[in-house]
Amino acid sequence: MMPLFTVEGLAGLLFFVFVLLIILGALAATHAADLIRAVSGLALCMVGVAGIYYFLGSPFLSLMQILIYAGAICIAIVFAVMLAEPQGVRKFRRRHPIAGAGGLVASALLTWGLASLALKTAWPQAPEQINPGALEDVGRAMVTTFLVSFELISLVLMIVIVGALVLARQGRSRAGPEKSSNS
Amino acid sequence: MEIPIIYNSLSTYLLIAAVLFGFGIYGIIKHRSLVGILISAELVLAAASINFMAFNRFLAPDPVIGQMFALFIMGLAAAKAVIVLSIIVVVYRNYKSIDPEDTAELAG
Repeated sequence: MMPLFTVEGLAGLLFFVFVLLIILGALAATHAADLIRAVSGLALCMVGVAGIYYFLGSPFLSLMQILIYAGAICIAIVFAVMLAEPQGVRKFRRRHPIAGAGGLVASALLTWGLASLALKTAWPQAPEQINPGALEDVGRAMVTTFLVSFELISLVLMIVIVGALVLARQGRSRAGPEKSSNS
Repeated sequence: MEIPIIYNSLSTYLLIAAVLFGFGIYGIIKHRSLVGILISAELVLAAASINFMAFNRFLAPDPVIGQMFALFIMGLAAAKAVIVLSIIVVVYRNYKSIDPEDTAELAG
């Protein structure tokens, strides 16, 4: 326990705020009836995860998390929602009767297993860290130790771009985009 | 006023990741649309990244490796999201629905 109005106390308060953001965001992402609200919950959750990364000593990764997840991926999902659900909210009526309860039981079992594993395992003592893990070290590792994985990721991203274009082009008429009748 | 300091122990982060993973699995089972399933899968991937970063911070001698893993997970998650979204758009064009129960016919 620390008094609140010290640096450590305020950092602890901020940590609780981030954990609250993660839980509220995940609740919104899983329980919202509207897909747009679910995407907003995902963005909120990812901002909380970025804060957790900051506490884990990697400001670079938290910035990347906000840029890629809360920025790019959420906006891509919003675009897909606009393309695939143009008539707005549509209630998904036929839910399987045990889907909610079954999902709750399954996720509770998995969470309980993981949590008890995390609490019961005797983790070894932390060794001496050989570098501070700052942005400079990350960049050096990226172009030396992890060079092949780095290039493979860029290859995967290029294949994904081409594949997404090919997939989304199917079904379009060859004579150009069809005229939108009314909107 | 006193506040507990919990951000300096490994099990806190592992518990957060476990809870996030549970939310993701629950959402994957519960959601009735393909986009919702994709959103829940992103939660699962974020939980995996938190685990990597926690082990990286507390147990690894070289604190770069976990950050590289989390970065690669982010890249692969972005790639997966793009492919899944374009598949969803194609499915919507063919079936006029993104309910996974409606896409129940092969070789359509």
